[in-house]
Amino acid sequence: MKVAVVKYNAGNIFSVIHALQRMGVEPLLTDNAEELRSADRVIFPGQGEASNAMHYLRERGLDRIIPSLTNPVLGICIGQQLMCRHSEEGDVDCLGIFDAEVKRFVPLRHEDKIPHMGWNTLHPVQSEELRMKNKSNQSEDNGNSGSSLFEGLDGEFAYFVHSYYVPVCQHTAAVTEYIHPFSAAMQKDNFFATQFHPEKSGRVGQQILRNFLEL
Amino acid sequence: MLAKRIIPCLDVKDGQTVKGTNFLQLRQAGDPVELGKIYSQHGADELVFLDITASHEGRKTFADMVQKVAAEIDIPFTVGGGISEMADVERMLSAGADKISINSAALRRPQLIDEIVSHFGSQVCVVAIDAHQDEKGWTCYLNGGRIPTERNLFEWAKEVNDRGAGEILFTSMNHDGVKQGFACEALSRLASELTIPVIASGGAGKMEDFRDVFALGHADAALAASVFHFGQISIPELKAYLKKEGINIRL
Repeated sequence: MKVAVVKYNAGNIFSVIHALQRMGVEPLLTDNAEELRSADRVIFPGQGEASNAMHYLRERGLDRIIPSLTNPVLGICIGQQLMCRHSEEGDVDCLGIFDAEVKRFVPLRHEDKIPHMGWNTLHPVQSEELRMKNKSNQSEDNGNSGSSLFEGLDGEFAYFVHSYYVPVCQHTAAVTEYIHPFSAAMQKDNFFATQFHPEKSGRVGQQILRNFLEL
Repeated sequence: MLAKRIIPCLDVKDGQTVKGTNFLQLRQAGDPVELGKIYSQHGADELVFLDITASHEGRKTFADMVQKVAAEIDIPFTVGGGISEMADVERMLSAGADKISINSAALRRPQLIDEIVSHFGSQVCVVAIDAHQDEKGWTCYLNGGRIPTERNLFEWAKEVNDRGAGEILFTSMNHDGVKQGFACEALSRLASELTIPVIASGGAGKMEDFRDVFALGHADAALAASVFHFGQISIPELKAYLKKEGINIRL
């Protein structure tokens, strides 16, 4: 299996590469359009600041390439945020794959610390889109109660580090609660994304990465 | 709900763990990577690796170890010890550390916090504070608790917070090594005055101490070394106990 990791100016890309290597996959780190299009899976990872990241993606044409991919794509952390329409971080227009706006956490109580950092629980939900699909293909309905990436992981913990979040919306595939519920994971067509870091989330994270590779 | 974190700390000298050779009959107990892996499998939420080497050669060995940890361990880890300038931070992060911890360097030149935060973000910057309480209050110390400063714990912690650090790792020198519980009163005051997470360190002796540090000290995470290394407290047992005591913990 050919797994491509999008090469750009985000931090901590190597932790995803290490996680894949631990699973016996040797990924290709690339920003080449052909390599990305021909891969079986594409991972769009990272840690960093949205407007700088978008600037870099635009300079290399990746802002057009990534949304046009038809193979399964997994965005992680800032990757998920960049796949949305717009981010408050640096007030920047993003890739527009998910019709959602990235917002900054605003503390409501003194205990609400920013960034949201640490292990928090995942609650997979069936996205509106999946619900619709299942409704229209009732004969094919296999009783799937959510995105296949998170099957059986209700209530499990994943590792988060972020100050910005995607509100719960039609593309939400898993919800986590911090200050208020937000999108811990998203899905639309071939695009998947997690706000948490599966590559740093122990056994649960590895299961999610494996589910993505085995889609 | 966001879980409270349990963090084992490994002291590393010349690439080998210093404490804990009688841990779990582990053949590789001296190997920080192997020990870290065991802790991770046992449910540790994060790991801290502290370089206590003085030599230049030892520092290089430590950087090699950080690379191995990053390749083999799938939970977040912080590295500290001997980080005094941006080049050290960059080296540790590019070796794969998730966070770095600075201590004396931040007291000597607080601007370093701002620089780390603006280059790499708040989340990578842990500021460790060693402080001692006497009749005059809580005083911050340099060089692993050897040199007193003019700084008061609460003032310095507030400044660290305001300069944008991601977390504070507070060690009470009064409690460290005594195994009679954490400095819950000071921790609780830090929690009420700061807007960033506080990791409590120094004083863990029994499981109740961890309950108290969360319930009374309002710490976000608790760090310990010897109780884990010498097998006095096992992490799975500790976490099951805390859960039963109503502390939100990742099992």
